[in-house]
Amino acid sequence: MRNIRLIARLDIKGLNLIKGINLEGLRVIGSPNEHALRYYQQGADELIYIDSVASLYGRNHLGGVISAAAKNIFVPMTVGGGICSVDNATEILRSGADKVAVNTAAVSNPRLITDIAECFGSQCMVLHVEAKLVGPDRWEVYTNNGRERTGLDVVSWVKQGVELGAGEILLTSVDREGTRKGFDVALVKAVSAIVNVPVIASGGMGHPDDLVEVVNEGGADAVAMADILHYNRASIGEIRSTAKNAGLGVRYYE
Amino acid sequence: MNNPDVVIIDYGFGNILSVQRGLEHCGAKVVLTADPKKILTAKRVVLPGVGAFASAMQALQSLSLVAVIRELSERETPLLGICLGMQLLLDESDEFGLTAGLGLIPGRVITVPDHTLTGKPQKIPHVGWAGLYPSHESVGWENTLLKNNCPGECAYFVHSFMAVPTEQSHRVADSFYGEHKIAVMIGRNQITGCQFHPEKSGEVGLKILRRFISG
Repeated sequence: MRNIRLIARLDIKGLNLIKGINLEGLRVIGSPNEHALRYYQQGADELIYIDSVASLYGRNHLGGVISAAAKNIFVPMTVGGGICSVDNATEILRSGADKVAVNTAAVSNPRLITDIAECFGSQCMVLHVEAKLVGPDRWEVYTNNGRERTGLDVVSWVKQGVELGAGEILLTSVDREGTRKGFDVALVKAVSAIVNVPVIASGGMGHPDDLVEVVNEGGADAVAMADILHYNRASIGEIRSTAKNAGLGVRYYE
Repeated sequence: MNNPDVVIIDYGFGNILSVQRGLEHCGAKVVLTADPKKILTAKRVVLPGVGAFASAMQALQSLSLVAVIRELSERETPLLGICLGMQLLLDESDEFGLTAGLGLIPGRVITVPDHTLTGKPQKIPHVGWAGLYPSHESVGWENTLLKNNCPGECAYFVHSFMAVPTEQSHRVADSFYGEHKIAVMIGRNQITGCQFHPEKSGEVGLKILRRFISG
């Protein structure tokens, strides 16, 4: 049985860990690395850092945060937000990140997906997709942290992204993000059905049981969690137990 | 300067910084270098690696490091190959055509099976956490880098290819992917290779690195 991955997601603006609802109304939570270290110590399988305003400024600024985190956090780290070139990806990876997540720049220049995959391997190139429901079982791709529509259909964009070299999909539901209403299971199912790379469900985890649903029914390989952890509504340990008791494979951790 | 505890071979392949940070966290003094002299006089050497087998071998050749690494084995310097660095220890790899490896541990490198034993398609690369189990129950891990680890503890993997050592006795630990048993730590004399990333496997991996620098 494959182990599903429990991932703590940290959205960052400037030097602060923030959290919004539907990626808007951002509230400051605290210091990113204090939280990151706590999640690492609780047994998070991975961390995802997203620079939430980076695309507006055309560059990812998380190098310093990551390089500090890499001193005492020893699980894989993915960094996204504003990564617009192989050079920027190189800088982020040199800071200690293991993978980069690309959204906005991949939409405007799909070739970037291939360039990053060829340079560092597909396993390093995470396609971040911000999806918004626009009709029955139809989702549109958004960029710039959920601010701009693209006209692209999520399912066909993901398919194209994987063909171009994306090795993993970070799938954020803009509709559910920060709402605690549970994952958009139909969205995750639609995407995981058409790709053979891992899919990370993100957005909406209100309760540990939501994870079980998005894995069993949506086919998610991993789950990104923010609000539930930031506001101490559940610890990674409690979430791991829920998953385990529901019969899901999780990392043996003590 | 005093001799460092660990030399990491810096040949342009791999998450060298993470490996360095992991070893430093465990208290080691670490030097990154491609200088044959520094590598040959090191107390311990790490061969990291993420990327393609053939280009990694090419890089080692162009830096004249192939003979240097083989010499380490003669000198019985403890050597730890990580991920691609483990695969390079073997005789040859199937990755994009047959390529010769360092030949320090007999065996070859083949692709991770794209179907489970029961015939279901499975994802490649294999990304994620998997348990480590002794390859030889009766021998256990007493004299290996896993001495302080418990069977079933999980490590982090990212790989599309896997090592198949010729000699069963060179297998130290196995993991399962799609019910296939995969050799994930191999060893021969002072040489150890691990397919997973100890520097990304939390406390489980740090225990392995601590054992490496204290051994």
